[in-house]
Amino acid sequence: MIPVAFTYKRAGSVSEALELAAEHGDDAKFLAGGHSLLPLMKLRLAAPEVIIDLSGLRDLSYVTDQGSYVAIGALTRHHDVEHSDLLRREVPLLAHTAGQVGDPQIRHRGTIGGSIAHADPASDLPATLLTLDATLVAQGSDGTREIPVGEFFQGLFETSLEPDELLTEIRVPKPASAGAWSFQKFTQRAIDWAIVGCAVQDSRVGLVNMGGTPLRAATVEAALSDGAAPADAAAHAAEGTSAADDIRATRAYREHLARVLVSRALTEARSRV
Amino acid sequence: MSILGTRVIRTEDPRLLTAGGVYCDDLRSPELDRAARVTFVRSPVAHARITGIDTSAAVSEPGVVAVLTVQDMTDLAPPPPDDGSGGGGGEAPMPLGGPWAEPLLAVDTVRFVGEPVAVVITDGRYQGEDAADLVSVDYDLLPAVVGPEAALTGESLLFPAAGSNVPVTKQASADDTPFDACEVVVEQAIVNQRLACMPLEGRATAAAFENGKLTVWHSSQNAQLCRMILCGVLGLPPEQIRVIVPDVGGGFGAKVGIDRDAIIVAWAARKTGRALRWTETRSENLVGMTQGRAQLHHIKIGGNRDGKIGAYRIDVIQDSGAYSRMGGFLPMLTCLMAPGVYDIPEVQAGYRAVVTNATPISAYRGAGRPEAAATVERAVDLFAAEIGMDPAEVRRRNFIAPDQFPFQTKTGALYDSGRYADALDKVLAGAGYEELRKEQERRRASGDVRQLGIGISTYVEITAADGAAGETAKLEVSDDGTATVFTGSSPHGQGHYTAWAMLVQEELGIPMDKVTVVHGDTDLVPVGVGTYASRSLQLGGSAVYKAAVEVKDEARRQAADMLEAAEADVVLETATGQWQVRGDPDAALSWGQVAGHASGGSLIADVSFTADLPTFPFGAHISVVEVDTETGKVTLLRHVTVDDAGPVLNPVLAEGQRHGGIAQGAAQALLEEVLYDADGNPLTSTLADYAAITAAELPSYELLVSETPTTVNPLGVKGIGEAGTIGATPAIQNAVIDAVAHLGVRHIDMPTTPQRVWTAINEAQKASNQ
Amino acid sequence: MKVDLTVNGKDVTADVEDRMLLVHFLRDEANLTATNVGCDTTSCGACTVLLDGESVKSCTVLAAQASGHEVTTLEGLARDGEMHPVQRAFHNEHGLQCGFCTPGMVMAIVSLLKENPHPTEDQVRQGLEGNLCRCTGYHNIVRAALAAADEEKVTA
Repeated sequence: MIPVAFTYKRAGSVSEALELAAEHGDDAKFLAGGHSLLPLMKLRLAAPEVIIDLSGLRDLSYVTDQGSYVAIGALTRHHDVEHSDLLRREVPLLAHTAGQVGDPQIRHRGTIGGSIAHADPASDLPATLLTLDATLVAQGSDGTREIPVGEFFQGLFETSLEPDELLTEIRVPKPASAGAWSFQKFTQRAIDWAIVGCAVQDSRVGLVNMGGTPLRAATVEAALSDGAAPADAAAHAAEGTSAADDIRATRAYREHLARVLVSRALTEARSRV
Repeated sequence: MSILGTRVIRTEDPRLLTAGGVYCDDLRSPELDRAARVTFVRSPVAHARITGIDTSAAVSEPGVVAVLTVQDMTDLAPPPPDDGSGGGGGEAPMPLGGPWAEPLLAVDTVRFVGEPVAVVITDGRYQGEDAADLVSVDYDLLPAVVGPEAALTGESLLFPAAGSNVPVTKQASADDTPFDACEVVVEQAIVNQRLACMPLEGRATAAAFENGKLTVWHSSQNAQLCRMILCGVLGLPPEQIRVIVPDVGGGFGAKVGIDRDAIIVAWAARKTGRALRWTETRSENLVGMTQGRAQLHHIKIGGNRDGKIGAYRIDVIQDSGAYSRMGGFLPMLTCLMAPGVYDIPEVQAGYRAVVTNATPISAYRGAGRPEAAATVERAVDLFAAEIGMDPAEVRRRNFIAPDQFPFQTKTGALYDSGRYADALDKVLAGAGYEELRKEQERRRASGDVRQLGIGISTYVEITAADGAAGETAKLEVSDDGTATVFTGSSPHGQGHYTAWAMLVQEELGIPMDKVTVVHGDTDLVPVGVGTYASRSLQLGGSAVYKAAVEVKDEARRQAADMLEAAEADVVLETATGQWQVRGDPDAALSWGQVAGHASGGSLIADVSFTADLPTFPFGAHISVVEVDTETGKVTLLRHVTVDDAGPVLNPVLAEGQRHGGIAQGAAQALLEEVLYDADGNPLTSTLADYAAITAAELPSYELLVSETPTTVNPLGVKGIGEAGTIGATPAIQNAVIDAVAHLGVRHIDMPTTPQRVWTAINEAQKASNQ
Repeated sequence: MKVDLTVNGKDVTADVEDRMLLVHFLRDEANLTATNVGCDTTSCGACTVLLDGESVKSCTVLAAQASGHEVTTLEGLARDGEMHPVQRAFHNEHGLQCGFCTPGMVMAIVSLLKENPHPTEDQVRQGLEGNLCRCTGYHNIVRAALAAADEEKVTA
């Protein structure tokens, strides 16, 4: 219930945040909305000695039109992503999915950057950004770099961010056909993590909770580009995945759900256009 | 105009809604101002010998007041001599002693994950977990007994001195002759899964020992029983213990009396001389608070193709968890209520209670009766499916008829009153049963992915099973015209303050806003039984009524004296709360005046009300679900009920109880289950994993009215608190199975998770393809 | 470290451990005990308060993060002794039994109605997915939310 004691530092700027991170190295963790990190700390599954609070960096909260892509500040809260008129128009898949994360209270605090830096394959946003071929912008002591989302998720709770790097922006290319989207989140209860989830934008298919990282359903996409009908392409949904066995579902059941959800997602996406 | 039966919103609410309730952790008082905090060190393993406890690192931490283990428990009263049966042949709702006895802090063996091993006392709240993490305990693992079937093999014994894992047995007859005479016989194993009670407020206790007197504040369903237990354990006389029950954030049976961990806190307050506070975390609660249900049933139901059931057998295996806190009490009730609402010529019911390396089991809303109802309702549906008859019709052909009451069942229960066919007809009409079956047919014919399921349950249950223990009420009318009710009941959400004030207004004409209700403090209410088993209105309310009648009689005597009239000529105008001589309103007396005239300056009646018999509310539920046959996911669309507990004192309160019961019933049918892995480690020990039901999974409910009185008490009422839970679970489970019955599915165990439903559909399809 | 919050319109300053959770700050430092702790996995919503006018689970916010911001708890809802429409609706609709989940429920609904003044029943139910109740079965809580929305519609 109570985290192990730590020292709290509040960063007033990105450069200050980076200085603190460099100073404390492995002993420190960034705190954005806190709704991935604090729950772990309260159960004492994580015990960083230093917390660098980023919530004062208001200028990292924005959703702006950059022509061919939408730029989203890493500290933009799920609530604001969900209600962004720009995103609802240009990338409705993302606006919708942000509204699926947790519950309203969590969405008032949790941030898009925090969620994807946490890299839980059962989270909704990582797979969605993977489906949208997003680019992540990270700032570190060496400067700024762009990371294609396909290189970002390395493993369970592991990204290609260096310990002294801060995610500052998510760039989402505007899909050619914004309306051709679907997000299928299969849960027992509304509040649950996805047992399996599927994000579709045009003919790009992403999977939630079918492995240690979010996945693109590559075989499905290949079948679609070969002209397969959605239902037939969806039959390949479980290929290349490594779904877990847990109290909610067996691997076999998850693979079955993946096939069903991909089929439904493709059908729904096509029905919107 | 009678206030009884009218909708009255609660007098409890303004305080709760503006300032919030004062639950145990909210208490702020001089005695608790500098209270230290208690944190438990708990076993992380299911079954092991403790080979060493090293508290040295913890003790030397700043802010640590003490670290206590069983070695420090040298000042307990010796346990009473015990024959190992727990009293009443092992069927009293009391812990078993002898070789099965449960210690306070673990002695040399731990038997469930979460068992308390040491107690860390710190000045501050936050230091507790830090210090507890520093206590080092060495465990020598023993093989874990996981699940009741493992317990029966006896391969690993929790209590070697006992020689088995089966503390209580009442075997059913195994005579198959009645079944041989039936045209159709169906057998089935049915799981009634282990559930967490999960009140929103977990366990919480505070204690202070000063000048030889122990004061304990405990989140409980009965202060007086807490005191009795503490007297026995600590060897103190009642005058030296005061128990105060603050606002309680839900109980559901798990907060009856005072449990092991809280007793340790009370003991530690005396031991250390420091006032102490303990508030468990939810993770502790989900392994440390007693859990519910956890029965495995084997049933056999036989009957003829005309729909008449001829014989029913149920063998119950009750998982008691690591320590038998209630002996055979729960399965005894299950067996008592086994035949439900049906007139079955031959009923064979028996049980075995076993111990396993899991959290101890105790009462949880319904306590043995939901299990009976869930299984007989499954059995009737299985029988109906076997003979191809509508499940509503099969029920109709087997109900106990209205003219058969009072009805003695084959299992020894005496049902007071019931109109089962009426209840069923009402819900069928209310749900639009014919239309629902037509819609179901349409979807089946078109092979819809989303199939409709309609589930029925008709139930009866036993309330105030301990009616002979009764309930107390002291009613005092003061010379300022106000009334105070000291009740032995112990409300924790039921609205007794509103209900008892309604009774006083009804009987005495003292308006509700002049009536105060007091409960839960052994200094103010030394004798009382408490709120559980749906007993409070019929016993506690009847006691309030009885006290009001006595006060009225005494008041009449006083008024007659004051008015210089004969008692027979003195009347109470309840509309105005005035005493007068009949036909002479000008010389009226107020309650305050009459009370002031009495000796002592107030009118007092101190009564207890006992009932010779329990009562048997009944009802019928219909549940409508949609099953996605590709994924197995179930959506609850509608839930329609009749829950008949006699005349309704306040429909607002009665409806609230029914709603809450339905939600818990739905939770069992669809979502919730306590799970352990093969080593006895809990897999559902946080609310992220334990699938507690939320508003998003439930519809609004459709409640119908039915009021069949009883003659057992002067109010004519039965108990409503647990009825919703009992009726809802089987209706929903039956609905889920009904939705996919046309695909060949006969049975799906609870909870009917998507995976379970999908697996059942798959297996039925495989079987039909062979 | 020193934290400085505005709670129900009043300044509350205290020197607390860096790890202090906002819910404990409110309960133990500001002495506002209506807000309750019901779990340890951000699941139950009993600790819901408004932070700068929006519902948050105060068990998953550090007091330090809230320093310099405004918090509203149940105790701060009523104005001049007059109950907020949501409080009034809970009373009229019997939306509470034991009352333990109630402060969090009320604050969650206040926030929900601020963002969606005319919700459907389904939107209310989805909006309360993060708030657990064991007593009421939610039926009357939902009615209370809809009744409060109606009242505010009339008086708006």
